[in-house]
Amino acid sequence: MKRALSDYGMLGALLLLCAFFSWRTYDEQQPTGAAAGRQVASLVAKTARAGARVLIATRDNDEDREFADALTNALAAAGMVVVETVHGQPVDARRAMTRIVESGQSLDFIACNHATATWPVFQNLAEKLPPLAKTVLVQPQSYGWPNFLKTDNLLNVANQIVVIAIIAIGMTIVILTGGIDLSVGSFVALSAVVATWLIAHAETQPGWGAMTLACASGIAVTAALGLFSGVMVTMFSIPPFIVTLAMMLVGSGLAYLLSKGESIYRIPESFIWLGRGTLGGIPHSVILMGGLYVLAHIVTSRMSLGRYVYAVGGNREAARLSGVPVTAVLLLAYTLSGALAGLGGIVTASQLKSGSPNYGTMYELYVIAAVVVGGTSLSGGEGKIFGTLIGAFIIAVIQNGMNLTGVESYTQKVVLGLVILGAVLLDRLKKKRWLGSA
Amino acid sequence: MEGIEKSFPGVRAVRHGRLELRAGEVLALLGENGAGKSTLIKVLAGALRPDAGTIRIDGQAVHITSPHDAQRLGISVVYQEFNLIPALSARENIFLGRERTRAGFIGRGEEQRQARALFARLNVRIDPETPCRDLTIAQQQCVEIAKALAQRARILVLDEPSAVLTSQEVEQLFAIIRELQTQGLGIIYISHRLDEVFALAQRATIMRDGQYIDTQPVPNLTRARIIELMVGRALEQEFPKHKASPGPVRLAVTNLCRGRKVRNVSFQVRAGEIVALTGLVGSGRTETVRLLFGADRADSGRIELDGRPLRIPSPRAAVRAGIGLLPEDRKTQGLVLTQSVCENFGLPNLPALTRMGFVARKRERAAYTGYVETLRIRSYGPEQRARELSGGNQQKVVLAKWLERRCDVLIFDEPTRGIDVGAKYEIYLLMNRLAAEGKAILMVSSELPEVLGMADRILVMHEGRMTGEITDVAGANQQDILNLAVSGAGRQSP
Repeated sequence: MKRALSDYGMLGALLLLCAFFSWRTYDEQQPTGAAAGRQVASLVAKTARAGARVLIATRDNDEDREFADALTNALAAAGMVVVETVHGQPVDARRAMTRIVESGQSLDFIACNHATATWPVFQNLAEKLPPLAKTVLVQPQSYGWPNFLKTDNLLNVANQIVVIAIIAIGMTIVILTGGIDLSVGSFVALSAVVATWLIAHAETQPGWGAMTLACASGIAVTAALGLFSGVMVTMFSIPPFIVTLAMMLVGSGLAYLLSKGESIYRIPESFIWLGRGTLGGIPHSVILMGGLYVLAHIVTSRMSLGRYVYAVGGNREAARLSGVPVTAVLLLAYTLSGALAGLGGIVTASQLKSGSPNYGTMYELYVIAAVVVGGTSLSGGEGKIFGTLIGAFIIAVIQNGMNLTGVESYTQKVVLGLVILGAVLLDRLKKKRWLGSA
Repeated sequence: MEGIEKSFPGVRAVRHGRLELRAGEVLALLGENGAGKSTLIKVLAGALRPDAGTIRIDGQAVHITSPHDAQRLGISVVYQEFNLIPALSARENIFLGRERTRAGFIGRGEEQRQARALFARLNVRIDPETPCRDLTIAQQQCVEIAKALAQRARILVLDEPSAVLTSQEVEQLFAIIRELQTQGLGIIYISHRLDEVFALAQRATIMRDGQYIDTQPVPNLTRARIIELMVGRALEQEFPKHKASPGPVRLAVTNLCRGRKVRNVSFQVRAGEIVALTGLVGSGRTETVRLLFGADRADSGRIELDGRPLRIPSPRAAVRAGIGLLPEDRKTQGLVLTQSVCENFGLPNLPALTRMGFVARKRERAAYTGYVETLRIRSYGPEQRARELSGGNQQKVVLAKWLERRCDVLIFDEPTRGIDVGAKYEIYLLMNRLAAEGKAILMVSSELPEVLGMADRILVMHEGRMTGEITDVAGANQQDILNLAVSGAGRQSP
């Protein structure tokens, strides 16, 4: 229990942050879309008998059409009559009302959403169009709810962090082995450029297979560079910091060379499937991220490979003298980190529907921050995969929360830096107390 | 020091700690590992704060809350792991943090004079400008002592200073200590080697289980009495009897070479036999066994296991072939201290404990728990971190992992270094039992009593060469071994 608490103590910090921003962004909310439509229908149904006549007034946009459609269906089901549905400006609503009055028909309700309910045309209706004096204006009821906790915003948080979080899996494994990988940021750009360049330069319009192959090529390139870093680290004993610093420059340079310094835009619409597509409301990329985390958790906690990773980071010599294939483990760690950075690049390219050598700038620092805030020790051998996910979300929630509460972006940087320091300090103090002193 | 108490979460490291040191005396502080000696010393040195208790120096109660306080009061500790910066010279290390400066510039000449004077006081010849990494271990120790003297130490604590020295170097150290004693320093000497206590100390304080047991003038004590006080029960003898019945040759090494460290080494180890490999530090013993285990690569030579030639390019290959190494330094080579004891145990055994890449954790635990009983490993449980175990128990965990791996050849490199008397005896018993089971055991050791007490055959090395073999162990003494180890031209047994 104590151990679980120390492992995932950061989860508490994350929940506290969420609670804080929920409190700070608590606000009046107006229901919109289909949900609002159903709500208005039930309001009407509560007060009216069957056969009541309703005019629906909405603006001309997708959200309001959803509202109108849901409302129409629900009213029809309750046996009401929709006289007319307006999609447009206040003037359209006035014309519709005038038509109804002139034709001598009655009108019991005008169903609005929160936007159209404020149209002046509906105010003082009894004076403007006396026959409609008894007509009731119905609108969805507003309710209190934190902006932070709105579904859209939560998905926004997940979307923002998904790339960092995916790369952080590889970084966690590298750091667990006692290393570091600074090249991931530029690998994001390289893989995005390679994949989009291949797609843009295809002879014919590329299909699913060709695009998958292009993405796989992008990932393969960065994985190969990661493997190269691993070789330098293991066979030639160059410090990982130096090797990956060099590879960061190499990767970035290659991305600029291939793209000639320009963004690549000639990408088919279907390419955004991964970055913007959703399944049951959840973005594909977020599902991918979740899957990867579960997989990585299983590998590091249940499989012998994971055991080896911790052993190599905890004490490389002792691991070697216990027959652990140290070189293979390190090569795998750096290759994996390269490949996951490449995947991060693909997701970025898909989200933005383009490839650019500017992608991923400073990502290595955010990724390392996520890993460290998640409780993994930079000296290796200690840490947890899900800790990293929590760390990534802490960073994302703070950024998002500050955006919502209107904190300036320069101030945000200062706060984020202090938060990272604070998280590590907290971890340190906690450990110190439990280990006695020393 | 009186009534010192210090607790760590879950452990009371010291209860009723007591220590009295007189000027100009050597006081031996004795106890098994985990008896609380180190904790007591750390309290004295200001590295730990006691929960209760008082410390008086020259009758004055003092508060020591930091290492700096301790230094100011003239207390210096030379720990087992030296606190020297390898790239800096002896002089720079001695004056680190207390540079003799003039207008911000280091007075190099002045420092050199003082360093020379300090070394002269210790009767050693060390060039103050040599970087510490180029000094021998014994010389580095002298630098540590000189550093303490430069801080005007009146109380000097030496924590197992002899563990890393050869027998000659220990003699030199003793000379230094006696010299300092006549200069009026009070010296607290911590060691597991009881011979040294009799040779050096006037009084001995014994601790057990965090408690003060007794302080006696050394002449009133016997070896057996000390052990009894330390362990809390009488031990019949230090080395258990063992009757060898050697079987066929298990391990045969022919003309093994690596650089200048290992030159044309040949020997054999039979099943059921304990063979000791000894010599001075730097004679190539550890280097030789590292070749056998694939930790380093041999330039040339032949290794045969049960008559079959063997290629050992890596420790992994050695482990597969059934060779296990208990390295000389458990903390840096034997165990991953951040992992649990059970995970350490599982490390070389994962191939057998893995299905489709998944570790069978229940089986791993069950296997480990079996060894907890047979090896009498004392820990809170399989989940305890390896770093929290005492030296003896750590060694047992290392042994357990190789036993589970069913190694036929076991190499013990300094198997009882830093291990207390009680646990030593248990390790010896285990070695005997393993030999009786038909395993071939190669023991590297600097402790000659251990070599003479445990081995069926003794191999001696000098400067990378095998200089002799003693087959009649019962008829040999320490001098016979030393002759072979020092000159390489001693008596050759038939």
